[in-house]
Amino acid sequence: MPGLFIDVEVHDSVGDDVELAKKLEEVCPVDIFKATPGGLEIREEQLDECVLCELCLEPAPPGTVRVVKLYDGTALERT
Amino acid sequence: MRFYEYEAREIVKRAGIPVTDFGFATSATEARAIAERIGGPAVIKSQVLTGGRMKAGGVRFADTPDEAEQHAEAILALEIGGHMPRGVLVDPKAQVKQEYYAGVVWDGTRKRPLMLFSDMGGIDIEQVAEEHPGHVGRGHYSNLLPFPDYQAKQVIAAAGVTGSALNRLTPILARLARLFRERDMTLAEINPLAQLGDGSFVALDAHMEMENEGMPRQQALLAELGIGADEGTREGHEPSPFEAAVKAIDAADHRGVIQGKDTGFHGNLGLVIGAGGGSLTLTDAVRGHGGRPANYSEIGGNPSVAKACGLAKAVLRKDGVEKIAVMMSIVSNTRVDIVARGVIKACLELDKDPAETIAIFRIPGAWEEEGSKILDRYGVDYCDRSVSMHEAAGRAVAKIQGAAA
Repeated sequence: MPGLFIDVEVHDSVGDDVELAKKLEEVCPVDIFKATPGGLEIREEQLDECVLCELCLEPAPPGTVRVVKLYDGTALERT
Repeated sequence: MRFYEYEAREIVKRAGIPVTDFGFATSATEARAIAERIGGPAVIKSQVLTGGRMKAGGVRFADTPDEAEQHAEAILALEIGGHMPRGVLVDPKAQVKQEYYAGVVWDGTRKRPLMLFSDMGGIDIEQVAEEHPGHVGRGHYSNLLPFPDYQAKQVIAAAGVTGSALNRLTPILARLARLFRERDMTLAEINPLAQLGDGSFVALDAHMEMENEGMPRQQALLAELGIGADEGTREGHEPSPFEAAVKAIDAADHRGVIQGKDTGFHGNLGLVIGAGGGSLTLTDAVRGHGGRPANYSEIGGNPSVAKACGLAKAVLRKDGVEKIAVMMSIVSNTRVDIVARGVIKACLELDKDPAETIAIFRIPGAWEEEGSKILDRYGVDYCDRSVSMHEAAGRAVAKIQGAAA
């Protein structure tokens, strides 16, 4: 089930980056990211637990991970 | 934590306070054996964690071991106030010259133990205090400094006791005062404390309650009394389905804390409230405005969205709840936006319109700007700290009463 309040967008160019996936899984305090052998999986049931900490923006190349606040249409991203 | 009478009497005995040669039995045969040992008239008392034993037939007198056995059998099968007895206490029938009361209770206002003594024992101390205030002595003592006997003596003397009785009663109240402190009690009561024909004193009944948080420190005592960890705090009532549901939600997620109570609440306004004493203040404020709370709750410590959602859903599922009021004092360790997400999610998952269902959302503090945006998206008005808790409660009551009119 997608989040009511938060969505996380990951650009296709890093979706199969296993090392990045591991890093995202490690830094996210609410377990939104899961590293799999094929790359990255977003755990939709955890999306609304996002605390907007921006830790997931740090390890990814600029613009490849966006945290979208569905309630006001704005997004957190590294530029 | 509450204790059965036989346990309370054992605690009193270990503190050096004289007790009768009582015994605890879980079968009629055991009760008979104790009565034989006593060798005279005995009292058989049901061991239940509720009052009204005498009226319910849970206290009976026996002249012979045969009678003791028969009474024990009847009492062991007797339910009192929804409780089945754990066993029976078999006590020698004492020849009482006079009954006294000795007690210590925690005074939450003064934050000190309060000793109470009366020469009118055997009845509720509250009744004595109201009808015969001159027969009650009282005095606070330090919870830190060593307890001197003279303080106990002053309290007993204030109840009008003099002479030999005063001298003999002083160490009993002093030991009770020390027991209260050493055993982390919130209530330690001997009633009646009986003076026998020979002038000696003996505890004929005792009532003890221990601070729940003191239980880990008192493990040795609890183990010696045969009280297992599985017995918990022996709360006076079975949790309601709402209370059990909230407890389960809280236990399933380590983030934040929620509590819910609804015993005695039958209103239409659900309360999702908390923060630094806010729950008590807000519940009182709702009542003060003529509102009817459906429950009491506490939420704080930065719960997850799932936990806030779980509490709100449990409240909304209660029979008779028409709206919920989400209110807190000013929060610093709980995020406004997370609670906002939780309560809105609860409404939506129960097919309710948040704008209609949430009578008020008044949580000022951390991440309130973000919380305000979320609420705005779903048409729920956000109240910041410019709206007092009292005013917020009043608005919630007005809204639900307006909806009912």
